[in-house]
Amino acid sequence: MCRAKAMRWADVLAYTISGLSRHKGRSFLMVLAMAIGISAVIVLTAVGEGARRFVVGEFVSLGTNMVFVVPGRSETAGFTPAIFGGEMPRDLTIRDAMALGRHPAVLRVAPVNVGEASISWQGRSREVSIIGTTRELLAIRHWRLSKGNLLQEGDPEQATPVCIIGAKIRREIFRGASCLGKVVRIGDRRARVIGVLAPEGRSIGIDVEELVLVPVAFAQQLFNTGSLFRIVVEVRDPGAISRVKTFIEDTIRGRHQGELDVTVVTQDAVIATFDKIMKALTLGVGGVAGISLGVAGILIMNVMLLAVSQRTHEIGLLKALGADRIKIITLVLAESGFLALVGTLTGLVTGWIGLWMIWKIFPALPAAAPWWAVAGSLFTGVATGLLFGWLPARRAARLDPVLALTRR
Amino acid sequence: MIRLEGLTRIFRVGDQDVHALDGIDLHVLPGEYVSVMGPSGSGKSTLLHILGLLDQPTSGRYLFDGKDVTGLSEQEQARVRSEKIGFVFQFFHLVPRLTAIQNVELPLVLAGVLPAIRKRRAAQVLKAVGLEERGTHRPEQLSGGQRQRVAIARAVVTQPALLLADEPTGNLDRNSGMEVVNLLERQNSQGITLILVTHDHEIGRRALRQIKLMDGKIVQDLCAGPRP
Repeated sequence: MCRAKAMRWADVLAYTISGLSRHKGRSFLMVLAMAIGISAVIVLTAVGEGARRFVVGEFVSLGTNMVFVVPGRSETAGFTPAIFGGEMPRDLTIRDAMALGRHPAVLRVAPVNVGEASISWQGRSREVSIIGTTRELLAIRHWRLSKGNLLQEGDPEQATPVCIIGAKIRREIFRGASCLGKVVRIGDRRARVIGVLAPEGRSIGIDVEELVLVPVAFAQQLFNTGSLFRIVVEVRDPGAISRVKTFIEDTIRGRHQGELDVTVVTQDAVIATFDKIMKALTLGVGGVAGISLGVAGILIMNVMLLAVSQRTHEIGLLKALGADRIKIITLVLAESGFLALVGTLTGLVTGWIGLWMIWKIFPALPAAAPWWAVAGSLFTGVATGLLFGWLPARRAARLDPVLALTRR
Repeated sequence: MIRLEGLTRIFRVGDQDVHALDGIDLHVLPGEYVSVMGPSGSGKSTLLHILGLLDQPTSGRYLFDGKDVTGLSEQEQARVRSEKIGFVFQFFHLVPRLTAIQNVELPLVLAGVLPAIRKRRAAQVLKAVGLEERGTHRPEQLSGGQRQRVAIARAVVTQPALLLADEPTGNLDRNSGMEVVNLLERQNSQGITLILVTHDHEIGRRALRQIKLMDGKIVQDLCAGPRP
């Protein structure tokens, strides 16, 4: 008779399935535990990854060739000039912004001031975010108007009392009445409505629908300040960013009596920072979900230990029939591995279903499970099954066949 | 075929040593039919387990087919069990979720025999024990006698040289008990060495060679007829 030493894999599988089908409920629960763990990893990392892509995508959609000039120096100084020289950081002014436009590689410059104020018309009023800027900012941010005109060209230091309002503000304040040319009250000043922003959804924390744009000089009067919140510089060509950065620093230093009291941040640096933060978050969330995989593994181990002690006779019998410890270990590991594999695959399927539902409910979120999460959970799932199956398998292999067979 | 020299098996129970087997010397020729009798606790089952390589002697030698098997590794012993030894137990020990024919096939499955070959073998043996009609039945659908016949079919499906039966009739009524013994004797008449442990003197007396154990020692070794 021809005899191979090892069992055939098909037989191992058939034996495993016949064993598991005796305990359908128990097997189902183990598969379920595994599946929940796997789909949790997939869905949570997919949402994290989606958030990351969303944020990065938003930044990229603004163009990667941006440089921001922020007042104040973010560095540790040996002493504080404010105390010793009685010197405060100088204001970042509209003239500073205008000076930055002189470099040939600079496409657009927009001074920006922000604040909160109330807007009212005929007794209806609400709090809104005000951005004081020039028409350049609309071009940089790709904001469009659904009605009316842009902020005027011309001297940005002139505080023309006009404003562009968001679509939601128009709905709430004007209630369908025509708004162009109407004079509204913003804070303690009056301004004529010259345009309505097209509703283009959110744009990095700013809801365009709830925004009011005014000329930068008007905003300075409104908020009673001579300084800017920041200057946004759009560079013609991303390759010129470092040159422009040097130019900005030189220009500001020249205009501020040799003091570099601003920080120049490139869009790339901002994106990289956000990317890093979001990746860490995704990893953390995935790790938390991964704990549930470990829990599922321990469940499998417990149930396999139970199965081994329930099947003492059978294991003793298999030994009497000529199974060595390797065959016994193979059979037990096949069972736990099979459960883990089925659970993992089920988890992958339910995970994708979950993802699909997220796509349906939040189409704006580009949720997608990162490959490392899919591969990692697949690997962890099967590895847990085998790892936690090892203890029961070894216990089964060590079982004394005489005791197993003689006890009733 | 089997030669035991000064075989001793000591169990430790609490802080006492119990000599389950105490210096057994035994020589069994191929094709012999041996019954082992004795009161409970006399060491019958321990002897059978050691003969079947399920248990290890504390001291002494066990030669199987002229080879010392006491020093074999666990793997090698499993191989000897798989190829040379068949077991029949008092409580049948069929796998409840498998059908009769699957139970018979099990030793061949463990040995990695191809399905086509082992299915034919299993069907043959099942027919030889008169259960060809019951192949698809599960153990719980079979009577005690039928279960034991399935177990015998399983024990001989690998064509072993040695068949060990531990109280094979202990759980059966008189009639099915006799059927089972007849079947075992038929295997013996086809050349398998049969060693049968039993309480039942009537059954034990049927063997050509009868061994009586008492307190781990052979106290009687009767040859009732010509040895093969």
